[in-house]
Amino acid sequence: MKKNFFSIFLFLFLLIPAVLEAEAVHLKKAVFIPQWSPQAQFAGYYVAYEKGLYKKYGLDLTIVPGGPARSPLDYLTWKKADFGSLWLCSALQKRAEGLNLVNIAQVMQKSALMLVAKKGSGIKTIQDLNGKKVGLWRDEFQIQPRALFKKYNVKVKVIPQSFSVNLFLRGGVELASAMWYNEYHTLLNSGLNPEELTPIFFFEHGLNFPEDGIYCLEETLKKDPDRAQAFVRASLEGWLYAFSHTEETLDIIIKFMTLARVPANRVHQHWMLDRMKDLIVNSHNKDSLGRLKEADYQRVAGELKKIGLIKEIPQFKFFYYDRINHAQK
Amino acid sequence: MLRNKSLTFKLILFFSTSSILIFSIVLAYSYRYSREIIQTDQEKDARNLALMKVMRIETVLNAVQKVTQSLADHLGNSSCSKEELLTMIRTFLEHNPEIYGSTVAFEPFAYDKKTLYFAPYFHRKGREIEFADLAKESYSYLLWDWYQIPKELLVPQWSEPYYDEGGGNILMTTYSVPIYGKVGGQKRFRGIVTADISLEGLQEIVSSIKILKTGYGFLISKNGTLVTHPSQELIMNETLFGVAEARGDTRLREIARKMIKGESGSIPFWDLVSTKNCWMTYTPIPSTGWSLAILFPMDELMADINRLYRTMIIMAVIGLTLLSVAVIFISGTITRPLRAMAKATGDIANGNLDSALPPVKSRDEVGKMAEGFMIMQKSLKEYIQKLTETTAAKERMESELSIAHEIQMSILPKNFPPFSDRPEFDLYAVIEPAREVGGDFYDFFQIDPTHLCFVMADVSGKGVPASLFMAVTKTLIKATAKTGITPAEILTRVNNELASENEAIMFVTIFCGILNTGTGEILYANAGHNPPLLINKEGKVAYLQKSGGLVLGVMEGISYQVESLSLEAGESLFMYTDGVTEAMNIQKELFSAERLQKELSMLAQRPIQEMVSILMQRIKDFSGEALKSDDITMMVLQYKGKETSD
Repeated sequence: MKKNFFSIFLFLFLLIPAVLEAEAVHLKKAVFIPQWSPQAQFAGYYVAYEKGLYKKYGLDLTIVPGGPARSPLDYLTWKKADFGSLWLCSALQKRAEGLNLVNIAQVMQKSALMLVAKKGSGIKTIQDLNGKKVGLWRDEFQIQPRALFKKYNVKVKVIPQSFSVNLFLRGGVELASAMWYNEYHTLLNSGLNPEELTPIFFFEHGLNFPEDGIYCLEETLKKDPDRAQAFVRASLEGWLYAFSHTEETLDIIIKFMTLARVPANRVHQHWMLDRMKDLIVNSHNKDSLGRLKEADYQRVAGELKKIGLIKEIPQFKFFYYDRINHAQK
Repeated sequence: MLRNKSLTFKLILFFSTSSILIFSIVLAYSYRYSREIIQTDQEKDARNLALMKVMRIETVLNAVQKVTQSLADHLGNSSCSKEELLTMIRTFLEHNPEIYGSTVAFEPFAYDKKTLYFAPYFHRKGREIEFADLAKESYSYLLWDWYQIPKELLVPQWSEPYYDEGGGNILMTTYSVPIYGKVGGQKRFRGIVTADISLEGLQEIVSSIKILKTGYGFLISKNGTLVTHPSQELIMNETLFGVAEARGDTRLREIARKMIKGESGSIPFWDLVSTKNCWMTYTPIPSTGWSLAILFPMDELMADINRLYRTMIIMAVIGLTLLSVAVIFISGTITRPLRAMAKATGDIANGNLDSALPPVKSRDEVGKMAEGFMIMQKSLKEYIQKLTETTAAKERMESELSIAHEIQMSILPKNFPPFSDRPEFDLYAVIEPAREVGGDFYDFFQIDPTHLCFVMADVSGKGVPASLFMAVTKTLIKATAKTGITPAEILTRVNNELASENEAIMFVTIFCGILNTGTGEILYANAGHNPPLLINKEGKVAYLQKSGGLVLGVMEGISYQVESLSLEAGESLFMYTDGVTEAMNIQKELFSAERLQKELSMLAQRPIQEMVSILMQRIKDFSGEALKSDDITMMVLQYKGKETSD
């Protein structure tokens, strides 16, 4: 009974100034679609937009907020958008299925997907999961949990999980799926203290599936590689700006959320932005910003092949367009 | 420092500080106590109010629970056709106007073996009741909280509040009851019956809470989400935990945790928006696990008592001021006569005994003191009067004494040389009385043309009695000395006269001699007097032999021995009283007989008048500042012989 409605005004707001200025400086038009409605998960794009970074890189960008009614995959397939934010494993599957998607930037370096249990239900290690009811989301949200259970050889009872964490809060399941930047904080802000929870991060169990990346169709890239590069550079710059200007970024995010008539909770967005930084910035390797490591790719692809979601692993060099390597060439 | 301040200052200081202290203690205590009473009362009221509100909410919820439960029970026990079921739901809505919408949702194939999903939903739209099918692919009701949670927990559930987007954004909550069917005697879960209710009613119950001016109530859901609050922007947007996080307020988080755990309590709190100090009472709503909180601002709660105590403090200040004025007045009544008294006594001290004492009417300590001063002044006046009289008397006496002295002196021969017609001897005497009237005397007179009687005496005691005794003695000697009588006989007779009627037991030492002016022979008798010194022609000075004669006037019938010596021409006899030898200096040393002898030796060749004068000067020099203790009398008799007269 909960749906997201996006105001037409948002489109107008996004389009009108962009159109006006495009005429002035001959900007290249581009459309970007994130997976979901505005929130700190996409802070980098909205900040880059708001701070004029796309224009700086010669783009007249339109952001079309994603959501249940607008999937980036569909928008990319039907060329209603030039660039889209997708999960690595979703894009990989599509590529394997024959849609020529190219990763032009791997934004998140780690999986934010996690499992969480209440210590009160006796779950302190993965071994304690045996025989427990586990709330799992659908499709690709199940790949890592199932791989984990298999890896540690635990038998669980899977309960389909909706978008709320209430089933877990009320005790309907002992283990729930959560995004670190979203549901985990919802749990904290429903009165559970961190010390009362057992979080299970997949990147701590050799199952790191980097999530959000920027994708476009191969033909889009080939037609204008500069445009794709410009979009990636502006977006990454937007992310870095967002991380170093927390309050300003939150103001921007909340502005877009309000425009999209999405309930905006600053504390929650703050948490989300902080987690984004954890997920995107590798403090040990600054060069890794926005890059897809082949090891990560092979891990995700290997798991997908293992469970039969793909038959062949697409070649990494065709799947990933490393802008830095290409720039050097 | 304080001791130098005036009495008024000290009194004000003392009374003010002690009054302020007492006031402060009493006010502070009663203020604190009153606050506690008010707070306790208010807490009780708030708790009762909260319980009452919770009961009202519960009544609404219970009614819904009951009808929904009975529908679920009915559905579990009977199978019905699709039409019958739809009618049943519609009727359910029609009969329960508080219920906004209702569905009966079944597990896959639980309604019948052919139907995968079955979830007919009726809800109000305006006055109409509309039908909707939730079993559409896009809705997948099996995943929703209202279905999933009671299914997994197998107990009826109230959902978290949510906005119904279809029905005009009304805040709703859904009560879901599991339907159990019996399959082969076993209870089996078949689906869920729901009843959606609008939270408007509950919101009204809560928002009608008004305590004092701005006190209010708010409701939070099981997840801590604010369901009602005077600040609209918090409703459904924030959980109490979110507010706590935004503020970094761990205490608020702890309180919120207690609230969602179904605890109740009363705690000091602060408004979520204004952060004003409040008191909060919270009570759980048992059926939903939600929590109702009632806040009342402390400043408003304490407004009356604060006003009262402000007034009391002002009154205390005024009281203290009045007290100070009173102290100034009272201390004035005490210190004014004291000051007047101080001035008057100052005048008295300066000698003005008639200075008027301030009139004092009171009979207190000051009055008594003034009375004392009055008596003192009177006594002082009397005393000084007496003193004046006494002084006058003394002065009169002194003048009389001086007259007596003159008389005494006048009875001593003072013309020197005394016998200008007698060249064969010379005589010189001097007397220096210690007091106005002394007891020493000397005398000389001719008994017949060839005999000169001379006397050197010292009466015991001083002053008038001694001088009178002296006069008597002198007269007696002069009367007794006749031709042919020896000095011893003179003394014997005079002694008898004196001793016979000497009740005062006075006595006198006398050296008495008779010079034969023709021969230079001297007959003499000594009645206890200092031995005279003989100065011969060569200037040698020697004491006469001591004779054992008793003093005169003590005992009758004593006879004295006559002795004799012979003066060559140019030889002298030096007589004196003990005032000479016993003259004392400030070191209490005596002039002494030795010194006298020595001094005389040095003066031997001088004329006798000069000798005596110089000697007198020596004695005075010796005594210096020391008080003269005795009369000093000296007499020198020089024999010049017949030859010179020829």
